Amino acid sequence: MRLSDTQWLIDGRGTGSGGLSGVFRRLNLDAPLLGGLLLICGFGLFVLYSAVSEDIDLWLQQVVRLGVAVVVMLVVAQFPPDLMRRWTPWAFLFGLGLLSLVLILGEVGQGAQRWLDVGIRFQPSEIMKLAVPMMAAWYLHDRQLPPTAGQLLIIAILIAVPSYMIAVQPDLGTSLLIAASGVIVIVLAGMSIRLMLSLLVLSVPGALVLWQFMQDYQRQRVMTLLNPDSDPLGAGYNIIQSKIAIGSGGLFGKGWTNGSQAQLEFLPERNTDFIFAVMGEELGLLGVLSLLVLYVFVVGRGLYIATQAPDSFSRLLAGSISLTFFVYVFVNIAMVTGLVPVVGIPLPLVSFGGTSMVTLMAGFGILMSIHSHRKLLPH
Amino acid sequence: MSLIAPIKDHHSERQLFVARVALSSVVSVILLGFVVARLIQLQIVEHEQFSERSQGNRIRIEALAPTRGLIFDRKGRILVENVPTYQLELIPEQVADIDDTLERLAKLGLIDQQDISRFIDVSDQGPRFKPVTLRFRLSDEEIANFAVHRPRFPGVDFQPRLVRHYPHAANTAHAVGYVGAISVNDLKRLDPVAYAGTAHTGKTGIEFSQEKYLHGDPGHRQIVTNARGRQVSVDPRDAAGSILDAEAPSPGSNLYLTIDLDLQVLATELLAGRRGSIIAIDPQNGEILALVSAPSFDPNGFALGMTSSEFRVLQSDVNQPLFNRAVRGTYPPGSVIKPILSLAALQTGATNLTRRTFCRGYYTLPGSTHRYRDWRPEGHGEVDLHDAITQSCDVYFYEISRDIGIDRMHDYLTQFGLGRPTGVDVTGELPGLVPSRAWKRGAFRERADQVWFPGETVIAAIGQGYMLATPLQLANAAAALSTHGKRFTPHLVASIENPLTGERTVIQPRRLDDVKVDNAFYWENVIGAMHDVLQGPKGTARAAGANAPYEMAGKSGTAQVFTVGQEESFEQEDLDERLRDHALFIAFAPLQQPRIAVAVIVENGSSGSRIAAPMARAMMDRYLGVEDSAP
Repeated sequence: MRLSDTQWLIDGRGTGSGGLSGVFRRLNLDAPLLGGLLLICGFGLFVLYSAVSEDIDLWLQQVVRLGVAVVVMLVVAQFPPDLMRRWTPWAFLFGLGLLSLVLILGEVGQGAQRWLDVGIRFQPSEIMKLAVPMMAAWYLHDRQLPPTAGQLLIIAILIAVPSYMIAVQPDLGTSLLIAASGVIVIVLAGMSIRLMLSLLVLSVPGALVLWQFMQDYQRQRVMTLLNPDSDPLGAGYNIIQSKIAIGSGGLFGKGWTNGSQAQLEFLPERNTDFIFAVMGEELGLLGVLSLLVLYVFVVGRGLYIATQAPDSFSRLLAGSISLTFFVYVFVNIAMVTGLVPVVGIPLPLVSFGGTSMVTLMAGFGILMSIHSHRKLLPH
Repeated sequence: MSLIAPIKDHHSERQLFVARVALSSVVSVILLGFVVARLIQLQIVEHEQFSERSQGNRIRIEALAPTRGLIFDRKGRILVENVPTYQLELIPEQVADIDDTLERLAKLGLIDQQDISRFIDVSDQGPRFKPVTLRFRLSDEEIANFAVHRPRFPGVDFQPRLVRHYPHAANTAHAVGYVGAISVNDLKRLDPVAYAGTAHTGKTGIEFSQEKYLHGDPGHRQIVTNARGRQVSVDPRDAAGSILDAEAPSPGSNLYLTIDLDLQVLATELLAGRRGSIIAIDPQNGEILALVSAPSFDPNGFALGMTSSEFRVLQSDVNQPLFNRAVRGTYPPGSVIKPILSLAALQTGATNLTRRTFCRGYYTLPGSTHRYRDWRPEGHGEVDLHDAITQSCDVYFYEISRDIGIDRMHDYLTQFGLGRPTGVDVTGELPGLVPSRAWKRGAFRERADQVWFPGETVIAAIGQGYMLATPLQLANAAAALSTHGKRFTPHLVASIENPLTGERTVIQPRRLDDVKVDNAFYWENVIGAMHDVLQGPKGTARAAGANAPYEMAGKSGTAQVFTVGQEESFEQEDLDERLRDHALFIAFAPLQQPRIAVAVIVENGSSGSRIAAPMARAMMDRYLGVEDSAP
């Protein structure tokens, strides 16, 4: 359905090569994807204005960040996929180096070592969000797919090492998402379904092992999810208040900037991780469904681009970027609505905050590059 | 298949990839379905429930404390009021550097180290937008001093607060009581709704017993608050915009007491430097005209909040200023009960007005050599009942005691209100003790101790032994003597005034059963003898009764604190002060239509007639408007 949604856009564009579409083409941009992203960003800024309690300074900060992220996307779109492929191992090694550096001398940020201060504060795990799926795709790009068991093992190691290093920072949420982006590559590459199911079964004891490695606050989050009302003022507070906010919004919402949960500060983290609850409260079910439609459109367009890509590196990378984006959206909304534990994943392109937005946009830059360079490449 | 190195099969790879994208899309749609279903559940199905919870979140009902009722004396003079005092408050949220601010305030001399350490103790308890008191009771100079420097102290300001004030301080402390900060124990007793906005509650005296009238009804207002409970405005341009609904509190009732402030102050002055109690009652209705326990204390300290060391000083004072002797001090009544026993003896036929006894200074029970001594070692010679009362001859009462018997003594003493609470409208009253055979059987565990001995009846006849009475009970008994047995419940509250309408509800005197002595002749003889105690030629307290323009009656009493051996003799003045006898006196006046009955107890005052009687006289003089006739 989503693929067919985008199809008419392609068809509509396909006839003429001059005018606006020509401009996009020359800038190596994909108009539908750019349009979808900008709509999400616009929607996000609209909600954020209310979530920061109409604080125009904070809001402008976000506008500037968004501008920077769009510029990054435009720049990344200019690099041909071939070039990116050749750079991939170096980018991966560079990321690993930075992660080691964080572990050795990283600054303590929010009780966890995630930041590296290089003029601007910067989380090396952001690089890995792209470098891991790129590395997995790079490893598979000249091999016959589906990958063999040995190849899968090597990729598993390539994914596991950075994931582990991020998990011990500790930043379990990001670590799991990065691992997911790598896993998505091998799933798309054709890893056998039987193997996937076996691993899924094996993941039960794996989860128990993981539990052993979890920090107290992470275990608390899992426990809180299972029964948020057990600790209404402590760890369960966020989820309860968030559910109240969303539920009280109803079908149409309480109106923009009129959410009592959000504006009276009952809702924690309301401009970052829990901004979806602000939207649910103020804009109602219709508002959040509109945003979901935009997200689905962007993911669908990304997957379409992946299927059109000329080589397996581009295909796997484009597919992984698109699906990882979906995973972000899903995990954040599921967390805010109390379906999964609170893992500290922002709502992509909407939550207040800069670094993750730049990474996301860089990812979409890659998608655009893949799509716009496909006919220029011989194969 | 081929000798050439395997060549990638692009077509099948691409097909595999498309299949996997399709698979992923299906999984994604399923996940998305979960999220949408969840949203529908929250926003449509359970919408109403969450809507209510979000309302409950933001609306808080804030209680508005009522103004506590005022207390006046019988003539409308203020005894207890509410006064605005200024206190220095700091709002932590608005102060950038609290340490620096405290230091600069200390330099201005507005706070000291103690204030700072108390502030540090309490400052992190509440939310940061809630003001914390730095100093209570700012003086005018301090307010002026701070006002000059206020611009340099953002977040610090002085605020008016209503504080309970007792203008007569120690003079009325035991009668009126005091309020203090609501404690954990008070919370168990008080209605949490009614006291939601109230910081203080009555702790003792009238302030405690009349709490339900004094407190008033709280008002409330519904305000919109944020998650930290801070009041926020729905419309930022409108300061009152956050109040949704309000109901003003209704102030507590004003109380008019039966206390006569002049008499109360006089009694306090009379007892200055002593331990004891003076109580004056209007015999015609049981109104308490004065209720004093000495030493006293300044109740304003409790209302303003004192430090624990200040409280410890009060509490550990050997003279026990916090102890309300008037209703909780129990003393052997000594000879002041002799008029009551005389009436009992006459009514029961145990004696008659002409029976005479020779007093040689001591009494022995038949078959015993134990001497029960008279207070006068050389004896009173031949005495009848009249002489026995005026001269307080112990031997006469030792002798008739066996004819009355302890149980009939108990009966009549009880009729006069001894041995049980008087029912006065202040709480904490003790019942005292009037012994009887039945009482002794119940009071002791050992069988041998449960037997009533004849000797115990003998000493009970002069108010010694087990017998204990509070000053209030003795005043109450004196009042009953003065009215020929007409009795009322003593009380302090005369009327209750609605402060809004000015409407007063007068508390009607509660009449009790009369004393069962039906022969007016007995009353006249006993009261006549009591008259001679003060105004007869041989009366023990004739010095105290001299030169009075009105007729009065009284009876002295001296209660032993220190037991003297059989063959010893001693002078009171030689004894350690704390071992001296308690001095007691009861009196009333005038004889016809008595208007005032008084009981005086001076702990370790040695002599009832010399120490306590002049105090009773002074009280009666003042109340009856006779100022310059005192001896």
